[in-house]
Amino acid sequence: MKRQKAFTLFAAVLVTGMLITPVTAPDAQDAGPSIATLRGAAPLDRTNSAPRIPQTEETDRSRGRNYPEQPPTIPHKIDGYQLDKNGNQCLSCHARTRVSESGAPMISVTHFMDRDGQALATVSPRRYFCNQCHVVQARTPDAVPNTFVDIDSLLAVENKPGAN
Amino acid sequence: MSKIISLIKGCWGTLSRPSVHLSLGFLSIGGFVAGVIFWGGFNTALEFTNTEKFCISCHEMRDNVYQELRTTVHFTNQSGVRATCPDCHVPHEWTDKIARKMQASKEVWGKIFGTINTRDKFLEKRLELAKHEWSRLKSNDSLECRNCHSAESMDFSLQSPRAAEAHSTFLVSGQKTCIDCHKGIAHELPNMAGVEGWN
Repeated sequence: MKRQKAFTLFAAVLVTGMLITPVTAPDAQDAGPSIATLRGAAPLDRTNSAPRIPQTEETDRSRGRNYPEQPPTIPHKIDGYQLDKNGNQCLSCHARTRVSESGAPMISVTHFMDRDGQALATVSPRRYFCNQCHVVQARTPDAVPNTFVDIDSLLAVENKPGAN
Repeated sequence: MSKIISLIKGCWGTLSRPSVHLSLGFLSIGGFVAGVIFWGGFNTALEFTNTEKFCISCHEMRDNVYQELRTTVHFTNQSGVRATCPDCHVPHEWTDKIARKMQASKEVWGKIFGTINTRDKFLEKRLELAKHEWSRLKSNDSLECRNCHSAESMDFSLQSPRAAEAHSTFLVSGQKTCIDCHKGIAHELPNMAGVEGWN
């Protein structure tokens, strides 16, 4: 008898849980696109649709750097470019010996230095894989709000007459 | 030597005499029909060896270069046009095609003796094989590229600025041909150390 009562209670809890779940699920979806996981708001038993691959910008004009150490982004497509120990397609235009013909900007001389600061004749092995730091760019919505302010804007505010 | 000359003379004697048993009609019509069958058969066989299916029936092509092609823009793209192996590797003009096919008898040799029958052997030979194709395209002014892509049909205003500049300065003036800049467009590159433009 006691066991039967416990079972009934358990079943009741289960059924209530089942009834409640569909009610609470839309709340989770209303929270909008979530950055917590890549799967977004799709229920566990479904796969969400993949976002469209954004178009790579092909302006051929370098974007400014937001801070001095920022590796400049690549203002053109690099689809299918080979970058392995056999060849580096980036360097076929951006190498020192290639820029006069290609008109591309030369890789920075810091890339010729090994980790002891010794300048080599050509790109240092540790700088060989360009897209470890340099990436193509696309216009996409911000995944998270960003309040970054660059140093020039900060200084401009500070130097404004009347500030402090 | 005299034996060979007498044999040739004997053959010429048979060929130059009128036929004794066979009628002129049989010989002319039969010769015509046999000619049609031979020529048709030759061309059919030629076209059969000129298909992607034939190329990738060997594992050397299927497992190496074909797999690489599948990731490139010449295999899948926005407009759904595909270039198959012979589109780029066999000239479309008949005379050039026959010349290339005769060269390709070396590839039959390579197949029989397993010149590149393992991945390692293929990678070791890749630079040499690639150099053959580069020099072929260089000497015929990238003819196989130009079967589809022509400088006259290019709308530079639709290209990215750097592509438009490169094409209008180097391609249109004839200073460079497609393969000079577009090596490795459909397959992976071998070790490019020492190759012009890659050092």
